[in-house]
Amino acid sequence: MSWTRYAAPQRFYPLAGRMIPWFAVLALLLTLVGLAIGLLLAPTDHQQGEAYRIIFVHVPAAWMSMIIYLAMAFWAAVGLMFNTRLASMLAVALAPTGAWMTFLALWTGALWGKPTWGTWWVWDARLTSELILLFLYIGFMSLHASIDDERRADRAAALLALVGVVNVPIIYFSVQWWNTLHQGASVSLTKAPSMATTMLWGMLVMALAFWMYSIAAALARTRTIILEREHGTRWVRQLMEAA
Amino acid sequence: MSRPLPTLEPTAPSSGSWGALRAVFQRDLRIALRRRADTGSALVFFVIVVSLFPLGVGPQFELLRRMGPGVVWVAALLASMLALGRLFADDHADGTLEQLLLSPTPLALLVLAKTAAHWLASGVLLVLISPLLALQFDLGQEAAWVLCLSLLLGTPLLSLIGAIGAALTVGLRGAGVLLSLLVLPLCAPVLIFGAGAVEAAQAGLGVGAHFSLLGAMLLLALLLAPLAAAAALRIALE
Repeated sequence: MSWTRYAAPQRFYPLAGRMIPWFAVLALLLTLVGLAIGLLLAPTDHQQGEAYRIIFVHVPAAWMSMIIYLAMAFWAAVGLMFNTRLASMLAVALAPTGAWMTFLALWTGALWGKPTWGTWWVWDARLTSELILLFLYIGFMSLHASIDDERRADRAAALLALVGVVNVPIIYFSVQWWNTLHQGASVSLTKAPSMATTMLWGMLVMALAFWMYSIAAALARTRTIILEREHGTRWVRQLMEAA
Repeated sequence: MSRPLPTLEPTAPSSGSWGALRAVFQRDLRIALRRRADTGSALVFFVIVVSLFPLGVGPQFELLRRMGPGVVWVAALLASMLALGRLFADDHADGTLEQLLLSPTPLALLVLAKTAAHWLASGVLLVLISPLLALQFDLGQEAAWVLCLSLLLGTPLLSLIGAIGAALTVGLRGAGVLLSLLVLPLCAPVLIFGAGAVEAAQAGLGVGAHFSLLGAMLLLALLLAPLAAAAALRIALE
């Protein structure tokens, strides 16, 4: 039995159904542990006070926003090259989670910036490229939504995701260069003070929790997409009658 | 408008790809020349957007000098988005695009020819009018030249990146807004280095680095964008 056997939506559907509870429970447990470490055990930062604790949400969200874009582009490319339906569905299912993570990273960044930098928003290189990343996610989803034919939508959005992957490094470095040309950021994010070990552990556990949540959410969305697209097939009808 | 549009004249079999490319290029230019109102509207839009800014922010030259490069560049970005809708839409509507896809000439090269013609009929006009707008913003002679040159390097880049978006959205409802949504974020680097060059010139710094980066991006886009746009057209018309 090869693993490609699950490339068929019909077989992937029950597999995803069995996997979702595991990832969801792990996400919940890891979040509890991570928040306990972050909010209770980790020491108060001597420079930033308690405000720094938002990093336990902010940093994992920012990591996920980038990782999910790569995962989305990867599955989009697989769907484009091998013409596999499931890969395209995975790419489409990942996009909203990625967009939420990007939004969450920006939002928590603003919440952290107000007490620390004294402003909700600075045109820092990372903030700006994260904002453009959000626009790229929105573009991917809008393009997919405005094409009625599913296969065409999948392929067009996949191409856009790949163009985005080529562009993201260019955007990041150009924004960084633009920022250094204009004025130095008020606080450098790159020269972060060395972090206490408990803080690091809290962040890593939370990052794992975000991974688990993202996988569970993407799988759940994939199941919905499968049902939506395969609603005419016999196995879906049998499933609906059984339910 | 009443005159029929030029059609693609069949090229002699011996003329090969080069003949086909030349035919596409000349036809698109001829269409642009015959539809002067369409071609000119993007240019007028450009001038109007730029002229609105002083009304919005106030007429102090000190402020305008600082804002000028960015304003002109953002307006150029928007104006080229406006013009891009026409790149493939008409050919898609009358079936010419399908003929292009069937032709033995590589589609990416045909896309390049169409984009080049489109740029000549839109981007170049923006470049030519830009010194006049530089005067409105009191940019000074050197900065005006740099602005003109940065647009000369940057507008083909906008056309090339935009061609991908135009190909992806061909034949869709609400294609115009969607096109801007897809393409504008990808154009951020062009804006940064284009406007940055003028600001560097104003500050008395060298503009070589900005122009080099714009040129490098242009070469990269010349190589990759027609391929991506061709793939997008095949997806749209399969």
